[in-house]
Amino acid sequence: MLALLFQVAQAPQAPATQIGEPNRVAMAFFFLFIATTLGITYWAARRTRTTEHFYAAGRTIGPRQNGFALAGDYMSAASFLGIAGLVSTSGFDGLIYSTGWLVGWPVVLFLIAEPLRNLGRYTFADVVATRLQQAPVRLAAALGTLATVTLYLIAQMVGAGGLIKLMFGIRYEVAIAIVGVAMIAYVLFGGMIATTWVQIVKAVLLLSGAAVLAVLVLAQFGMNPARLFAAAAAKFGDGVLAPGKLVSKPLDTISLGLALMFGTAGLPHILMRFYTVPDAVAARRSVFWATGLIGAFYLMTFVLGFGAMVLVGPDVIKGVEPGGNMAAPLLAEHLGGTPFLGFIAAVAFATILAVVAGLTLSGAAALSHDLWVSVVRKGHASPEEQLKVARIATVLLGIVAVLLGISFQGQNVAFMVGLAFAIAASANFPALVLSMFWRRCSTAGAVASMLTGTVSTLLLIYLSPTVQVDILKHGAAWFPLKNPALVTIPLSFAVGVLVSLAFPEPQAAKDYAYVERRMVLGAVEE
Amino acid sequence: MTTTDLQLRALAATRWRVALTLTAVMVIVYFGFVALIAFDKPLLALHLTPGLTLGIVLGVLVIVASWLLTWVYVRWANTRYDPELHRLRK
Repeated sequence: MLALLFQVAQAPQAPATQIGEPNRVAMAFFFLFIATTLGITYWAARRTRTTEHFYAAGRTIGPRQNGFALAGDYMSAASFLGIAGLVSTSGFDGLIYSTGWLVGWPVVLFLIAEPLRNLGRYTFADVVATRLQQAPVRLAAALGTLATVTLYLIAQMVGAGGLIKLMFGIRYEVAIAIVGVAMIAYVLFGGMIATTWVQIVKAVLLLSGAAVLAVLVLAQFGMNPARLFAAAAAKFGDGVLAPGKLVSKPLDTISLGLALMFGTAGLPHILMRFYTVPDAVAARRSVFWATGLIGAFYLMTFVLGFGAMVLVGPDVIKGVEPGGNMAAPLLAEHLGGTPFLGFIAAVAFATILAVVAGLTLSGAAALSHDLWVSVVRKGHASPEEQLKVARIATVLLGIVAVLLGISFQGQNVAFMVGLAFAIAASANFPALVLSMFWRRCSTAGAVASMLTGTVSTLLLIYLSPTVQVDILKHGAAWFPLKNPALVTIPLSFAVGVLVSLAFPEPQAAKDYAYVERRMVLGAVEE
Repeated sequence: MTTTDLQLRALAATRWRVALTLTAVMVIVYFGFVALIAFDKPLLALHLTPGLTLGIVLGVLVIVASWLLTWVYVRWANTRYDPELHRLRK
């Protein structure tokens, strides 16, 4: 008790952390990661000669490799630093994210992965457009993709800038520029082959870093998680082990759950990964791997979050960064000193870098494959032209990402990941499901559903308490829910069905037999 | 429509039944958990043993259920669906 008081008394004058100081170990690990990934990019660049390579890695990625790559694409800094921080400061409430971010994966496996692989080539719009009119479907799908990707990118870039500034002590703009340049290099030269291997390296680093951290935490509690949780309850009250004030409104909780569950099945950069494997069986097996890895990771976040709460303490964590994002790095420093802090900081950086690379590639595919090749050139673009446009789109998106990252500096962007999931769940998922499973789905219906999903989600988020009260500081919000998925997902489905019935498309209904057959057999027979 | 076509269609229908059933189970498991968080917080605060509340145990079980359901599907697809599809392809 005395020791505790002493620590508390000392804390304000001399924070016992190296966070914010330039860290040699972090720098060394970080440069090692950059050198390795650029080496991979050089190797991949020589193998990237066609759009098939650029978008889909020549369809040569194995299921286990793709499982790791899916996990790498999916486990963003929000899930590593964000959940650990949320659990360490709010206890049980943070675990709603740990579970919610996993339960979308079985849905992807059961409903999406295999038919998507059998029907499409590069983007999810391929699937929706199979038997519908190309131009309107691709336009609407590209809009949904770009909205999802942009919001996700803003959240990642702003997070990256803030973290790197905090962990390496370099300027925000410089940090953003480093992320932008490295990410453009991977995607521009190495396409999907380099991006896939960057994800795999990152997934291995993140999983092993989190595992070491979790074992070190548990070692302090006799390898028994229950003793860790009991210690948290003894120190901070039983409340930390049960739902608390973050989930005070029932409908908010359910709406968030819907966005997390069905958003996963509509994330363009995740869906795009299923085209990198040879066939539907490999797509199935890759989700099995991904679900195992991601589930293990989220189980570890339970231990990391409560470990940081007990060993570091919520006040210290919030003192370093009010959002709680530094919980995992602080825990690493507490358990393994400055070198381990450096390693975890470099892992966090690698995590962000890999996720933005995957996002940029899927955005570039929407711009070039969906918009330029299918809408502007009506499918008549030479392979060389397609590849060139894809690369121009990559550079453009990379620059936009850097500019957005700089212009949103200092803003609270945590809600944007939830928003990206809400758009993916409302704009992309319903159209995907309707076009695959419903014979009478028409062009007008699919387009109306995608546009409704994108526009209604953006509008309701703008009218929500997150923007109106938290950011604009108005007294009240027009729309009560923080996450609109509870309204927007059913709305997009309803609009898709009603508009399809109002504007039927006999040819598309007739062609459904072809879709049905190809969903099972793939493109082999053509 | 040939016999093979009909059999393919039947196989596809079986896959959708399995897929939709498993999806429904996942939705029930997860939203059951979310509904408890939303509507019955005191229940989740119950301590089963010191340190382990029902909420934490159920949270872990949601993750375990996700694993189990994907395993059930992959196993079914590998042992039943794939051989049948392979046979019909010939």
